[in-house]
Amino acid sequence: MKDLSRVNNPFNDDKDFAGCSIFGMMNLEGKRFSSRDPVKAISNMHERGNGLGGGFAVYGLYPEHADDYAFHIMYLGKEAKDKTDRLLNDSFDVVHEEEIPTREADVWNPPFVWRYFIQPGKRKPENQTADDYVTEKVMRINTETGKAFVFSSGKNMGVFKGVGFPEDIADFFCLDEYEGYIWTCHGRFPTNTPGWWGGAHPFNILDWTVVHNGELSSYGINRRYLEMYGYKCTMQTDTEVLAYAFDLLMRRQHLPMEIVSQILAPPFWTEIEASESKQSRTLRALRQTYGSLLMNGPFSVVVAHQGEMIGLTDRIKLRPLSAGTRGDFLYLSSEEAAMRLVSPVLDKYWNPRGGEPVIGRIGSRKVIEVLASVEGQR
Amino acid sequence: MKSYLPTEYMVERDQERCIRCKVCVNQCTYETHYYDPEDDTVRSKDENCTNCQRCVTFCPTHAITISKNPTAYRENFNWTLEVIKDIKKQAETGGVLLTGMGCDKPYLTYWDRLLLNASQVTNPSIDPLREPMEIRTYLGAKPDRLEMELENGDVVLKTELAPQLCLETPIMFSALSYGAVSLNVHESLARAATQFGTFFNTGEGGLDPRLYKYGSHAIVQVASGRFGVHPKYLDAGAAIEIKIGQGAKPGIGGHLPGEKVSEDIARTRMIPIGTDALSPAPQHDIYSIEDLRQLIYALKEATDYTKPVSVKIAAVHNSAAIASGMVRAGADIIALDGVRGATGAAPKVIRDNVGIPIELAIASVDQRLREEGIRNKASIVAAGGIRSSGDVVKAIALGADAVYIATAALVSMGCTVCQKCHTGKCPWGIATTDPWIAKRINPDIASERLVNLLRGWSLEIKDMMGGMGINAIESLRGNRLHLRGVGLTDTELRILGVKMAGD
Repeated sequence: MKDLSRVNNPFNDDKDFAGCSIFGMMNLEGKRFSSRDPVKAISNMHERGNGLGGGFAVYGLYPEHADDYAFHIMYLGKEAKDKTDRLLNDSFDVVHEEEIPTREADVWNPPFVWRYFIQPGKRKPENQTADDYVTEKVMRINTETGKAFVFSSGKNMGVFKGVGFPEDIADFFCLDEYEGYIWTCHGRFPTNTPGWWGGAHPFNILDWTVVHNGELSSYGINRRYLEMYGYKCTMQTDTEVLAYAFDLLMRRQHLPMEIVSQILAPPFWTEIEASESKQSRTLRALRQTYGSLLMNGPFSVVVAHQGEMIGLTDRIKLRPLSAGTRGDFLYLSSEEAAMRLVSPVLDKYWNPRGGEPVIGRIGSRKVIEVLASVEGQR
Repeated sequence: MKSYLPTEYMVERDQERCIRCKVCVNQCTYETHYYDPEDDTVRSKDENCTNCQRCVTFCPTHAITISKNPTAYRENFNWTLEVIKDIKKQAETGGVLLTGMGCDKPYLTYWDRLLLNASQVTNPSIDPLREPMEIRTYLGAKPDRLEMELENGDVVLKTELAPQLCLETPIMFSALSYGAVSLNVHESLARAATQFGTFFNTGEGGLDPRLYKYGSHAIVQVASGRFGVHPKYLDAGAAIEIKIGQGAKPGIGGHLPGEKVSEDIARTRMIPIGTDALSPAPQHDIYSIEDLRQLIYALKEATDYTKPVSVKIAAVHNSAAIASGMVRAGADIIALDGVRGATGAAPKVIRDNVGIPIELAIASVDQRLREEGIRNKASIVAAGGIRSSGDVVKAIALGADAVYIATAALVSMGCTVCQKCHTGKCPWGIATTDPWIAKRINPDIASERLVNLLRGWSLEIKDMMGGMGINAIESLRGNRLHLRGVGLTDTELRILGVKMAGD
């Protein structure tokens, strides 16, 4: 754990190489629902994983602590917890802490998991935002304290993940006892990152989570670009790079998701030149400025933060993603079958085209499918 | 005392095949071949031969063979034939030995120690015959971020980007000055660059007004001699390049002997006919980095901030720090020219001993600019020893935005790299201004061959990118994970920022 990247990527390969299943389910009215459907759906894609990673992100999880940062931390030893507790108490006001309830399940070598509800308090420097302060402490715990790893750090949301099939991870963490209005789920098929609980998806920083199926051929330059903006890619996984890219573009640079998707999976130059002039100027500037953040190579991803769930694939769609709606629910899934299992009848079903995001926003029944400008040209 | 220097090459002529057509006599500009009417025989003066292969190529009966002269001094690893001959030449003349083309010494060519990646199983390769594969490249300063605002539900771009050059392939023609090469060569490069959607660099001798119509694809150079620099010239180009140094001769200026300064060249360079055009070693208004900033902004002011300004330096020991200063001084493009970069004429000792390999310079400059958080403020163009599309891909993966090629472009036009450009008698009609020889380059044909070269390399670049699972060149740029080294030391791997093959 001293060297997190080594643990996550023990052979020091360029990055992790994994295939996966992803599933996302959101109630667009913000009504909370149980784990029953999401777990059933992700379990149906059992064959897409190999039991070396499963996980869930749940939004609207802690309404009673909605304004506190909820830290989920895994420990590989008592000492690590003592050390981390001291760091937490020195840096934050800890409102409440408890062991995360678990039960016996078919999972591999589980760590000790604990959750904390915290406030930045008075120790936060005045010139730093609470989010930046929390991010900095998370990075510090993950790289400095030894055998401790913060795998969830947002407000009113939480990540549960580990080494096992997703249905077994759900069982282990007693997810049947929780409710949320967004559930994103992941089943993993890694080839070079065995047995490290922190390496499972979702990846999280603050309330951002990413579940990802794919391998970024552009990882080398995506990483070097983000390093220019102070991100430390300690995990050597391409999912981490995706998470930081969302953080940089949306949280720090305040770009809307519709624009971010044009950066990560931009239209081709021929499409840009064919669109009307104001639009093409914007799209050209995006590629010129953010070319190093183009996520090249196969990926499909479900990204979530408070109130929003987004599905996106690479621009030539080398990994699957299908979408559907039924009533107030939006579904995103690697396979249509998993969606149909939990909602045999869908109001709408479609396969989003490469590079075109599906965006579900709370309070908005209208699911945003594509940028109108390039519609019909792809 | 007379030095006898063994001839480098021997011309052998199969007299049974020779039909005495005298093509060789007419083609050789070094007067190697002559016709002996008494014997009705064509003979050769071996000592004049440069092995340029012009006669061999044009002999209709394939009667001519050029071979290396086996007569040499006693073999010695240190005191080679070249070393001894150079000393004897200098003992005769007391002068500086001149040469042409790039360094021919076997300093490590790192391109040959780098290997590329390809996709297998865990991600798919992309087939460029069936899928889009994008190699368009924009050169110029990029902002740290874009400001967007919502206006009536539309996202409106608020940030104005600095001027950019749009390249349809990440390959440009490097500086070849008018005078070092003929108008026909300049025109060929200009037409090919225009046709393919890339750029040619005028070099430091100005641009003949007859070629201004290709100005939208020209990078106009401003060097220490300021030859041919005036407002119309600056306005004619798409970008301006300040030439500080050249890979073939770091630390000294360009030299054009008076014999090559014909009427047209004199007019374009704004100097008297027949005078030597000797560029000073430094730019006399640049004695430090703050002076460079003034010249950059003087040129930007002169052109209303409508064109990117490039600064070209020879790759030398502290390139990374120098490049960082150049970016902070306002350069939009940094052109790096490595030790193997070529020239029309340079002192041999400088060509062969000064500078560093371009591969190391790209790697260290790109890394330094990233560490300082300013890599987006300028594009990097790599020059000096790019021989194939493989070299181009490796240069871009190391961190270059685009490359300049010159020798490769000349080879496509006929050059055989005989290294005698400085004589001004290039039998292929390239490095000459003698009108009788220069007409050997026909811009219709030469520009087509240049376009073919760009096309072939571009297709190969797309093939290699597709293999890596990448369909846009911006995902290759600086992506060193797609490179592995072979036969390199830990230090070399560290500077190149690549892992050992197998690791």
